[in-house]
Order: sequence, then structure tokens, then C-alpha cells
Amino acid sequence: MVGLATVLGAGGGTSSYQEIEETDVILLWGSNAREAHPIFFHHLLKGIDNGATMYAVDPRRTSSAKFADVWLGLEVGSDVALANTVAREIIAADLHNKDFVAHSTRGFDRLKEAVEPYTLERGSELTGVPAEAIREMAHAYATAETAQILWTLGITEHHNAVDNVLALCNLALLTGHVGCWGSGLVPLRGQNNVQGGGDMGSLPDQLPGFQKVNDDVARAKFEAVYGVELNPNPGIHLTLMFEAMERGEMKAVYVIGENPADSEADIHHARKMLEGLDLLVVQDIFMTRTAEMADVVLPAAIGWVESNGTVTSSERRVQRVRAAVTPPGEARDDIQIIFDIAARMGHDWGTPDAEQLWDELRTLSPMHAGMSWDRLESEGGLQWPCPNMDHPGSPFLHSWLWADDLEGREPAPFSALVHQGPKEQLSEKFPLRLTTGRALDSYNTGVQSGGYNSPIRYGDALDMNPADATSMGIQDGEKVQVSSARGTVEMAVRYQPDIPEGLTFTTFHFPELVDVNVMTSDAWDKRSGTAEFKAASIRVDKLKAVAL
Amino acid sequence: MTGTMNPSEVGVSIRTVTISIDDVDVKVPEGGTVLDGCKAAGIDTPTLCYSENLTPVNVCRVCVVELEGSRTLIPSCSRPAEEGMVIHTDSGRVRHSRKMVLEFLGSGVDLSQADDMNSWSEHYGADPDRYGPAAEKINEEVKIQDDLYIRDYDKCVLCYKCVEACGDDAQHTFAISVSGRGFAARISTEFDIALPDSACVYCGNCVAVCPTNALQFKTEWDLREAANWKPEEQTVTTTVCSYCGVGCNLEMHVQDNTIVKVTSPNDHSVTNGNLCIKGRFGWQYVQPTITTR
Repeated sequence: MVGLATVLGAGGGTSSYQEIEETDVILLWGSNAREAHPIFFHHLLKGIDNGATMYAVDPRRTSSAKFADVWLGLEVGSDVALANTVAREIIAADLHNKDFVAHSTRGFDRLKEAVEPYTLERGSELTGVPAEAIREMAHAYATAETAQILWTLGITEHHNAVDNVLALCNLALLTGHVGCWGSGLVPLRGQNNVQGGGDMGSLPDQLPGFQKVNDDVARAKFEAVYGVELNPNPGIHLTLMFEAMERGEMKAVYVIGENPADSEADIHHARKMLEGLDLLVVQDIFMTRTAEMADVVLPAAIGWVESNGTVTSSERRVQRVRAAVTPPGEARDDIQIIFDIAARMGHDWGTPDAEQLWDELRTLSPMHAGMSWDRLESEGGLQWPCPNMDHPGSPFLHSWLWADDLEGREPAPFSALVHQGPKEQLSEKFPLRLTTGRALDSYNTGVQSGGYNSPIRYGDALDMNPADATSMGIQDGEKVQVSSARGTVEMAVRYQPDIPEGLTFTTFHFPELVDVNVMTSDAWDKRSGTAEFKAASIRVDKLKAVAL
Repeated sequence: MTGTMNPSEVGVSIRTVTISIDDVDVKVPEGGTVLDGCKAAGIDTPTLCYSENLTPVNVCRVCVVELEGSRTLIPSCSRPAEEGMVIHTDSGRVRHSRKMVLEFLGSGVDLSQADDMNSWSEHYGADPDRYGPAAEKINEEVKIQDDLYIRDYDKCVLCYKCVEACGDDAQHTFAISVSGRGFAARISTEFDIALPDSACVYCGNCVAVCPTNALQFKTEWDLREAANWKPEEQTVTTTVCSYCGVGCNLEMHVQDNTIVKVTSPNDHSVTNGNLCIKGRFGWQYVQPTITTR
């Protein structure tokens, strides 16, 4: 989101699901949408049925990649090198959209210079992808009438996450594949309201509607409604919070609906930091590992099925959630909990319901102003921006790029980027690459998806190419010792011919079984705060025979 | 310089064709079907193999209507409306044909939970049992191979909807198809292997389209076995799934403050009625009986 916001000024996917059904070329980059976003993948498959060509860029030949015309199995963490190579090939073959580049972008000369070293040959060396496949994807993307680039955590869970996103933005700006129907840049969001959370200002430097806390005019508007003075200094994101805990500067933490004691990379360190706090408050629907460490636990109602409100999807569609069941025991609506805490602190905020809070938001966030509760009900949700009651909502963003006057905005900037690769290099001691991801039937740390018995669940196994496994004398299903520089776990090996030699993969859904994040890297991107879950270096050893 | 506009913003006027249905002129959008025309005219039409989120397979023939000038009756669900068509939906031929179709399809089948089909049978005076003992039920044990859904072959009318729902309309999993011929025809996984070993990914989209409850969510089946399935006491609340950020609408069917089934609206632009295993089955953590809450 930081990358998209830098280039285009809005941290949201540019396109709607209907557009992928009508687009000509699809670059699915670092996303296994077939398993992580299955119903979006239905729309994508309709696009393929309608004649679209799909290129899948992923170190693994995933179930999504199997639907692609071409699979580009790049080395983990070589995304910038691949994107730069594609950009260079588009320019070298004179396939870039010169009118668009001249009118709607800036910094083309810098980009051209920066990508010059990334010839097809060099790109192929850095990424491990055959030069011909890179060339084909570059030409198909550049010459398509409409084309989309889609990505998920394969792009953003790297230490250079923002660079990765900027590299993909470069390609859209070179070709003009953004700001019009059918084309776009689409980060698929992993959680049902991660888009909405950001839109509502749950980001360290923002107020609702992407208004900045250090913008005096925006802040004054909120202060007038809230009746208090707001702090003009941006806060810090989660990764920096852990550093502040380490320095002893952050002593109290109030966690709502997160399980950092299971989900953070380099988990031992994260748990130590949480244990060292003076005060830890957890508001959650489960007694999570983090909650077990807390001084105070506030049991919450489940947002999507025990309370009323809205969530916002990957296509920026704001939709109503509604209470279908009443919460158990003492669990209460998050709104009630927060308002009661405010009351104990001496602030009477009254007892507004979800719709009244939403209406207050509409007066403060212009992009939500036209979304009345009634319209959200009757129109199946609305896509922001929707600035007034007569506005139909926005299927795609950034049509300003195609306006003669750019609607008064600055042209969108290209970014000059350098291939860095993963922070953690392979070594003699840790010769295998480990990457992580989701499985179809499970979700994140498994606190929700663990509640049902899936017939297709196999647990956290370490997927290895059979050639790698047999060279070490490891059988399919054999339990082995897996180590990184940070820790060691025992887990079963699963033969998986769809991943290349030298690469291993595991899901992270079963921390009770296998503490995968003990091994993942704590390198992270300073700009977005995302950690490098996708690239660690590990070794695999057979367990020592135990004498019976 | 212009980019491509969203078609909905260009204001393209939708062309229509006019057809006569039971002596009333009806406008149908170009590309629409005779069934669309019947719906627009407020005429209730029986369907079994048709669903608005599936491509018609034309196997049940229960939606047939009479088209003047056509030797045979035509299936309304798949026949595109053409300018000037004259349609009769309640002629003697149509009523007779629908009655026979309902009897053939229902013969030898347990229709105890096929509410729609039973009400159409009543409407057309169809008696699926009149073919006698030769058409006895196959009396096969219900297949229960996991905790998510069951297959009761005694209830299957071979409408093919589950096959379509698994295939290239949306899901593209192709785990099931029709095997065998004639009386031996049945829906099957490859070589009739157990579901967990098949290509099935447990999206439950087949269960969602089944018109006779031959495919049934395990939660519903358990409650029916315990004589505790009470649809009249259930509420249905639409909300949004908690897994991933696609924004699928879920209809939560709730009985006694307990979720008993999840569906999705066919007419919602995000799901078109389809869900994945997490959305369809992943809600069990919500129930107060789970010890972790």
C-alpha cells in the first residue's frame, strides 16, 4: 500500500473484479489466489475463459500457476530484477506507450538508465527464469489492449517490499495499463477488512480517508468534530513498536484482534518483548497466545457475525456486516468495550450505534460521503471513492492519468530500483531456501480455521522437491529437523514435485504443531513495516536414531 | 488522450426483443432467454437443472414451453428470445409434458426433501410412484466420508447441476461427473474413489445448487437425523466472510442462536452464489460450544 500510495496517491487496488473477466493479459505475481482468494480466482478464470493470457510469476508452480499459459518460476526475492528486465525489454523493443509516458509520468530517463543493465541475459541469470519467457511476458503485457498485474504477499512480505511494488507500478506506467477499464494494479488483500482498516485511519500517519495526521487543515476538521486536540505527529507501525519495546520506550500495549505472539517473524524475540511490558491488554474473540500473556483480557464479539458495521474488500467495496448470532458469555461488541473504556477515562461518548458512527465518518472522509447505510444495503455495497449520494461509486481508480490536465495532479513518478535479493543469503550451513504461504482450507495462525475439520488438511509439512529429499535419504512423510539461524523445529517432509530444487515451502497455520515463525527472517522494510516471511535460509537434517 | 471508459458509464442503451407469452407482449433484453421473458411476465416456471449462476445443460426438460411454428416443445431456460416468438406456457401439451417429466425424474427417487419438485408435482398432478415396483429406489446407504457434507444417492434426480457447479462455470475443479449409462447412470468421483481422495476441494458449491437435498451439509443432515431441523424457526442474515479480503457475502442460516448452514446470494456480484471451503464451512469457531471461546 505504501508503494501504490507513493506512485498514485491512493492506497487501494485500482480495479474491480468484473474487469479481470474482460482483460486481455493477466500477470499474477507472487499470489496463489486459487487457494488464498478462491472466489476472486473465479473471476480470473472467467477472464481466461474469455480469452485472456495469464503469466504466473511465483517460485512455486502453485495451483494458480497451473492455470497460467506460462509459469515464470523465479528465485525467491528476485522480483525487482525480473520487473526491471521486463521494463528494459519493453523499452528496448520500443513497446512503451510514449504518449502516456510523456503526458502522465515523470522520471522516465531515470528509469531507463536504472533498468539498462537488466538485459534479458542478466535478468535470466538473476531470476533463474529463461530469457525467452521474460521476453514473451514483456511483449504480451506491453502490446495488450488491457492488462492487469495482481499480487499478494509474495511481493510484500520481503525486506524490500516497497521496491517490489514500485517495480510493478513502473510496468503499468510504462505501458499505460492503469487508470482505465480493464487495466490496473491490484494487491489482493489478505484479511476481510485490512483495506477498511487502512481506509479508517488505522495506519500510523493517517486519519480516516487517507488524510494525514500532520496536515493541519485535515486535523482541524477532525478536531472540530471530536472536540479535542489531536496529536500531529505520526505514530509508528508494529515492527517499530517491537523495537521501541526493546529499547524500553514502549511499556504498555493494547492489542485488538491481533495475535503477534504467534504471527510475528522471529517469534522468540517478539514473545520476549511482549513478556517484558509493564502492561499488556488484549481485546480478542479468542484466548490467543498473546491473550494468555496479557494482564487484562477483554472478550470481544465477533465483528462479522456478532455485531453490525462495515468491511471493505480488495476492490474497495464497502459492505455491511450484520449480527446473525448473539455472542457467548461476557463477550461484547468492540464499540461497547471501547466506549466503556473512554467512559472510565472520564469521556462520555454516549451510546451511538454502528450506523451513527458510520454517518460521523461520512462527514469527515470525503471518499465515503455518498455511502449511506441504505445505499450500502440496497446496492450490494459501494466502491470508494463515492463522494456524494448521486455518485455510483468507482469501479476503477486513477482515470486522472488520462485527463488532458491530469485533473491538476503531478504526473506519476517512475522509480529507479536496484535488485537486492533476500537479506538472508544461502550459505554452506543453511543451503536451502524456505518460503511460506497459505493453504486453501486454512488461514493465518489457524485460530479461526482450526475450528472445523477439513478433509483436505495435511498440517504444516515441509514441502521439498523429491530430488532434494532423496539426495539426503529423506522419505516422503519422514520427520526431520529444520533449522535456521534463529531456531529449530521438527516437522514432516512432504514430497512436492511442483517446487524447484533448492526451495522449500511450508504453511504457517498450525503454530501449536510447528512453530514456523521460529525460522522466518526478522529483516523488514523500513517504509511499510512488513517482515520478510517469504525468504529464510534453512538446513534440513535427518533426526538422530533414538535407541529403543 | 482518452482511456477506455467503464461501459456502465458510457450509457450504452440495451436493445430488447419483444415476444408474446400467453397472449401478452413481453420485452426481453437481447441475449436473454424465453425463461427471462416468463419471469418478466410474472409467470412461474418449474426448473430443475437450471440455476441463474450456471450455464443451462438442458437435461431435465421440465421448463419446456410451446413455441408456435416449432414441431417440438422448447426448453425455456436456454432458448434465446427472438423477435416475434409466440409462446404458450400453460397449454395442454406443456402441462402434459411437465407432468410426465416430473414423474420420470421422480420415479424411484426419495423426494422427501425435494420441496420445490413436490409442489410442482402437485400442481401438474404428477405421481412419480405410478410406475410401480419396477422403479424401486436404489436403497443405497448415505455416503458420509467427512464432517462437511453427505451424499444420499436415493435422492438424486441426475439434474447435473452439481457437475456444472464443479466445472467450468466458476469452480473449475472437475471432481465429479456422470458415470454409467441408463439406469446405472450416477454422479461419481473418478473411479468412485472417496471424496477426500478425489480432486474435491470442498467448496460446497455443488451442495448449494442441489434441488433435492441429495447433497446436504452435514450440519443439516445431523439435525434432520435428530429430528431437530426446523427451517421455519431459522433466520437468514447476510454478512461478509471473515477469511481473506475478497468480500464474499454469506447468508448465515441460524437456528436456536446456532449457525446451521451457510449460503451465498446468487445475484451478488462478488460471489454469484459460490464460496470456498473457508467461507462455506469455516464458521464453526463462532459457536459457543467451541471450548476456546
